[in-house]
Parts: sequence; C-alpha cells; structure tokens
Amino acid sequence: MKAESKISLLLILVTAISFLAIGCKDDRPTLNVYNWGDYIDPEIIEEFEEEFNIEVNYSTFATNEDMYISIAKGGTSYDVAFPSDYMIERMINEGLLAEINKENIPNMKYIGEEFLGLDFDPENKYSVPYMWGTFGIIYNKTMVDDVVDSWDILWNEKYADQILMLDSQRDSIGVSLKRLGYSLNSRNLEELEEAKNELIKQKPLVYAYVGDDVKQLMVAEEAALAVVWSGDAVSMIRENNNLEYVYPKEGTNIWFDNMVIPKNAKNKELAEEFINFLNRPDIAARNADYIGYSTPNVAAQEQLPEEIRNSQVAYPSRDILENTEVFRDVKDMLSIYDELWLEVKSHR
Amino acid sequence: MKMKALSYPYIVWIAIFIVVPLVLVFLYAITANGGNLTDARVTLDNFRKFMDPKYLDVLWISVKLALQSTVITLVVGYPIAMIIAKEKPSKRNIMIFLFVIPMWMNFLLRTYAWLTLLGKNGVINFIVTSLGFKPLDLLYHDGAVLLGMVYNFLPFMVLPIYSVLVKIDKSLIEAAEDLGANKFQIFTKITMPLSIPGVITGITMVFMPAVSTFVISRLLGGGQYMLIGNLIEQQFLWVGDWHFGSAISIIMMIFILITMALTSKFDSEKEGSRGLW
Amino acid sequence: MVSRVFKKLYIYLTLLFLYAPIIVLIVFSFNDSKSRGKWTGFSLRWYKDLFSNDSILKALYYTVAIALLSAIISTIIGTIAAIGIHGMNGIGKKVILNLNYLPVLNPDIVTAVSLMTLFKFIGIEFGFSTMLLSHITFCIPYVILSILPKLKQMNKHLAEAAMDLGATPMYALRKVVIPEIMPGIFTGALIAFTLSIDDFVISFFNKGAGVTNLSIEVYSMARLGINPVINALSSLMFVGSLALLLFINKRNDKNVKKKGRVI
Repeated sequence: MKAESKISLLLILVTAISFLAIGCKDDRPTLNVYNWGDYIDPEIIEEFEEEFNIEVNYSTFATNEDMYISIAKGGTSYDVAFPSDYMIERMINEGLLAEINKENIPNMKYIGEEFLGLDFDPENKYSVPYMWGTFGIIYNKTMVDDVVDSWDILWNEKYADQILMLDSQRDSIGVSLKRLGYSLNSRNLEELEEAKNELIKQKPLVYAYVGDDVKQLMVAEEAALAVVWSGDAVSMIRENNNLEYVYPKEGTNIWFDNMVIPKNAKNKELAEEFINFLNRPDIAARNADYIGYSTPNVAAQEQLPEEIRNSQVAYPSRDILENTEVFRDVKDMLSIYDELWLEVKSHR
Repeated sequence: MKMKALSYPYIVWIAIFIVVPLVLVFLYAITANGGNLTDARVTLDNFRKFMDPKYLDVLWISVKLALQSTVITLVVGYPIAMIIAKEKPSKRNIMIFLFVIPMWMNFLLRTYAWLTLLGKNGVINFIVTSLGFKPLDLLYHDGAVLLGMVYNFLPFMVLPIYSVLVKIDKSLIEAAEDLGANKFQIFTKITMPLSIPGVITGITMVFMPAVSTFVISRLLGGGQYMLIGNLIEQQFLWVGDWHFGSAISIIMMIFILITMALTSKFDSEKEGSRGLW
Repeated sequence: MVSRVFKKLYIYLTLLFLYAPIIVLIVFSFNDSKSRGKWTGFSLRWYKDLFSNDSILKALYYTVAIALLSAIISTIIGTIAAIGIHGMNGIGKKVILNLNYLPVLNPDIVTAVSLMTLFKFIGIEFGFSTMLLSHITFCIPYVILSILPKLKQMNKHLAEAAMDLGATPMYALRKVVIPEIMPGIFTGALIAFTLSIDDFVISFFNKGAGVTNLSIEVYSMARLGINPVINALSSLMFVGSLALLLFINKRNDKNVKKKGRVI
C-alpha cells in the first residue's frame, strides 16, 4: 500500500474512533463525581450505578487547589465533590456550594457526633463527612533510639539527613507552629516569623521535602523520621513493621474530606442520593477498608476488622483527638504564608 | 510568493489560541485587585513586587539549572544523533523509536522509579555495595536533578539534530575526503556547521521548557529549592494571585526570548529566518 | 575498529540510562504489595485488576485517541504552516515565529489556565474537543520547530527547478519539498505524540466531566498512593509499543527490498 493511502486509512480510523467516543451517549441520567484519585472502591460505584440506574462520570483531581479552580473558574459542572476542610470553608464563603437537604440523607445519622458541627461548616449545611485522618511522626525503630513523643525530634541534629518533611506549605509551617505551641491557623505575624525561622534552622537536617514518595522512602528505610498522614502510616507499617506512628504531645492536625454539592450542580437530588448511599454502614465499611483511611461513620467502624478498629493510628483515643486542630482557610494571609515558604525553600 | 499563503490558516490559529490567551495573561499582569479583570485597576505593582532579591534569585537559579541541563543534554545528545544518522535507513528508524518510547511512560512513574534506582538502599547502591564499595550519595542534590532533566529532555535534543544530520549532502563529505581532510576536520568544518539549524532547534526545545520545569527538582532534588515554574504555579493555584503569577510569567517570557535571541546570533545566515528579533 | 566499539558502547550505555527506570517500573508491576519501596513477592494481581478497572481503561482510551489525533492534526497544520513561514520575510516572520514559541516556553499552568479562560469566554462546552484543541495548540509549535531546520537545509532552488520543469506548485510541494523535509515531519509528529501522551496540567484544566487521561489519573493518585494497576498498564503499553515497532520494522524491511525506499 502506498504511504498516502496508509495515512488516509489511519486518519479515517482515528476519526471514526473519536466520533464513537463523543457519540456514545447513555439514556440513563448521569452523575458527575469529582474526587481524589483512587479514593473510592470502584465496586461501590458500580453497585450504585446498578441500583439506581444511573451512570456515574467519575473525574479525579490531585489537589484541593486544582479542584477549586476548575469548579470556580472552569466550565464544567460537577454534582458531588470531595474537598478538604479549609477548602470547604473557602467555597462556602465564596458561595460556591449548595445547601444540602438533610432529609434526603437519612444515613447521616450514622456519623459520629465528634465529626459534625466543625468550625469550617458549623451546622453541616453544606457538607457531609467522608473520610478523616491526622498527621504525625512515623519513625523507624531500628534507626531512632530516642523516645519519640514531640515535634522536637525532627529538629534533633543527631538525625541530620535522616528527616523527611512534607513539601506542602500549610503542613510544614503547621508542624513548626505546633512545635512552638501556636495554632496551626495562626494569623500572628510574629508567630509566623518564628515558625519560619525554625524551619530555616531545620533545613540542613532535612534529607528532603517530599510528597507521596514518603511512603516508598520510609518503607525502603531511606530515612529515619518523617511527617505522614495516618492513613499512609497504616499501610506503611503493614509493609515494614520497623515503623511506628506517634502523635506528638504538642498536638497535631486532624483533617476531613467531606462531600459537597457545588451550586451549579445539575443533579442535586441524585447527588444527595449518592451521599446517602455512601453512608450505608456496610458500604462505608467496605469503602474505608479499600481506601485505608478512617471513616467518620460510627456504624461502619463497628464493621471494620478489630485490628483497625482498635488501632491508635487509624482511630486514636479521645484525649489525642482533643489535642488536634483542623486547618482553617487563612484567606488574606495566603500570600504571607506563601512568602514564608518561599524563604524557607530558597534558603541555602 | 504563493508559499507564504500556506501560513495564513496557522496565523488565524495563532491569533485565537496563542495571542488571545497571551493578551489575557498580559491584562492580568498589569492589573490588580480581585480575581476578575472587570473591576481591576491598571498598575505595575506586580512587576515591582518581583524586583526583590528573593524572587530574582529564584529566576537566576532556574535559568542556571536550565543552562546546565541544556549544555549537558547537547553534549550527550549530539553523539547519539550522529551515531544513529550514520546507520542504515532501516535501522535508523528503529533506533529513533527506541529512544522515544521510554518517554511514553508516565513521567511521574518514571521519576519515582529513579528514586528506587538512586536511593541509599536503591538498586544502584545495591550493586555498588555488593561489589564492596561504599554506598554512593546519588539523590536529593543538584546532580540528581540534572540527571532527571537530561533524562527527560534528551529526545528533544537528539531528534532535531538527527533529522538534520541525516540529510547532509554526502557528496560534500566525499569531496572533502578527496581533498585530503581527516575525520576531525570533516566534522568541525563540514558536519557541525551544517547541523547548526538542528542544534539550535534542539537547544530551543530543551532550554525553554527547562526554565519553567520544576517537578523534576521537586522529586529528585528533594524540594530543596524554589524554581520560577514552581513560583508561578503557587501564585495561580495556592495563593490565587493570578495577577502576580501572570507578571512573573511575562518577565520569564521576556527573559527567555532575549536569551534565545542571543543564541540565534550563532545562526550563520543573517536573513533572520530563525526569528527572535 | 576502536571507534566502532566506542560507538556501540556509548549507544548501549545511553539505552541503559533511558530504560533503567522502565525496567524498575515493569518489575514492580509484579510486586505483590502496593509499595514501591519493598519487594514482597511475585503477583499478577495488578494485571488482573487492570482489566476490571473501567476508569483506567477509559483513561487509556482517551490518552491514546487524543495523542494520535493531536499528533496527526498538529503535524498536518504544522507542516503547512512551517512551509508558509519559511516563505515569509522580515518583521512579520519574526513576530509569527516568536508567537509560535510561546506555548513552548510558558509553564504548563499558564498555558492551561489561559486556554481554560479562553474556552470559557467563548462558551465552548468543556469535554473531548477542548482537551484536543489544547493539545493541538501546544503540539504545533514543536512540529514547526522540527521542520524549519529541514526547510533551511533544503536547497531553495529545488522547488523552483521542479516548477521550471513543468510541475504545478502542488505537485512540487508533494513530490519535491515534502520528501526532502520528511525527517523533520517524522520527528515533529513523534515529538507531538510524546508530549501529548504525557500531559497533565493542560489536560486537567481543559477537559470536561467524564473525559480523562492517564496522566490525570496518575497525578490524582499521588495523594493516596499510586495504584500499581497503573504500573501494570504502563508495562503493557511499553511491551505493546515495542512489539508494534518490531512489526513495522519487519514490514519496512520488506518495503526496502521491494522498492529500495524507506522514509
């Protein structure tokens, strides 16, 4: 075959495929879901689709900020989204969320009291809890011989080049603030300066500022200490039982990912149906098991395997929870936080 | 000349998809207040804000890193292009594909794989220590970042140079040989000068994106420094200050275009067919 | 003799350099656990999971479809544009060339966000078409960049000579110019395809609900941990590409024997 006809054939083939993609429309109503990647058991979505005869269009995002921009300034409408605490606060303040009709979500009754009525959404008018967790210190027992109970250990020169910090503004500045006894959401310039200076002092001791690779690094024993989220700690410890997770005595962060309905959602009732479905105890339990993070659904917690239910890592006791703080939106202080972080990063 | 008319459709495309977004960016850069352009006032504050040592330092580090990786990529890539260009036609295409196929695997995954290779307990150190040597420190420093950048940009340097080398008029080389030139002279006096258009394209395709790249330095450099691409992304995504972010982009754009203009001075033909001033 | 050994060594070293991470990827796709830090045992579970994971398969489909389409379309537009630009002179040419460079030098986020704002302003519905348009936008400059040096290298009188001998401009274009610049077209298309297949930021902000690509899926998993199903998929894609390459090469060999001509 001559080259030209080969090319034209390819072109036709490809165009045909693309039309198939665009043209393939379903008759069923669709629900646009916007979630973190791999943050729901795929089987659960299929079950939902079957039971309610709905097609779920599942889209993913990598960070709260990406999600925020595509909802606030982009051109697609989503029906359900899963932002985190501080982002929900921002979205409420900017009028981006629709009020939830709680009568359509009777399964909300299974959610634990301590997870409702939080500062970022005091009456849960706009959000329903989905997953939660904390962050703390994970360390390798064989590489650390001191007692680990405080954020101070991350500033201990003995462990120079063995410390991993998170490459995330709020998280790392938050650790520094907490260590100094201040609030994670400090708006006090002096406190923030102090936190920044401490981070600069710590920098020579830090092996790297990492993201998701922290799991791979700690399991491979490339470093002795790291700041990680509780859900990650659970799976890391499973892979390498030299690892231990502790809640520093100065207190730490508790985070929430809640389900919200954007104001421009086209299928509000369906969205509420979905939220309700996810809160059925057995569904929530399976979901928590798949994802590996902690569920706020108390009835679901009871269905989890004992070792997880009683794990201090995944479900810490009351007194630890009371020593935690949720991230709030720092709004106008954002550029200050950003400049502080720039100074920490640029320091050589 | 009739050929010129061929460019008109693309000019229309440029007008819509490149100029309009550029104008948007420019408008954001010269205004302030509010995320919308409608209730903003014109100001040069965003540019002034950048003229601070801490931001200029970021630009300088990014450019330095980009220059270093471009040079290394050129030095490593040119011989590859030469070797492939001299092969038989049937073998050549396979080799080119072999060079490009690794780039079809997801970038994040490939870079994570480097962590497994370069780590203290990684594959390379495993081999090194089994041979009895002390483990090497291969990660989270400038060397690792340069490695990552070269790794990712190599095909973009090799391909353009290869495409030019492959069609160098063999009779020129034969004539030179007949006149008594040795291999070195043939290379320096004939091959290299004739390959300059390809080299300039390669440098362009590597240097420009290299300045605004930051994911590699984040993953392989341990996030130890801030680069201009990072800075811009933070402004757009985290801080929400599209005005400042746009201003930084414009400054970066101007800077790069000037740098490339200086490079194009090496282009022997003065008709300015390369563009860039 | 020595130089041939050196050349082979150099090429092999470079190939090792390029393929080392890929090999690691493939090996870990058979790892029993989710972790990239520790080998816990051989398992095919990720390959099994892959075929029941609809969202990733859908992402694969969109990734390849968009990459092929944008490579083809941007190569066509880019080739015609490059020839046209090559025929220009003076200030207009410089302006066009500099504008052409913008998608290359801009950080992805700026291109992504400015295109998103443009699309919203025009009122296009976000979806497959917006993602495709944005990919074509950033691919064309690379195609043009690849072809321009070939046009410069080409003897400018070649086309004229053909027309003097009676060829129409279109014929001269097809039969004289294009074969001369073919290596440039080929590399341009290859680069366009490579860029498109791995794009995240621009695709993320310019797609609609229900459209996605592999990069988006991978980056979205970064917070929770990348599902090794992606490793399995990447390994399959890699093996598939190699197989395709070998297949095309065998056919080319036959072509060469038949007509003595290759690209």
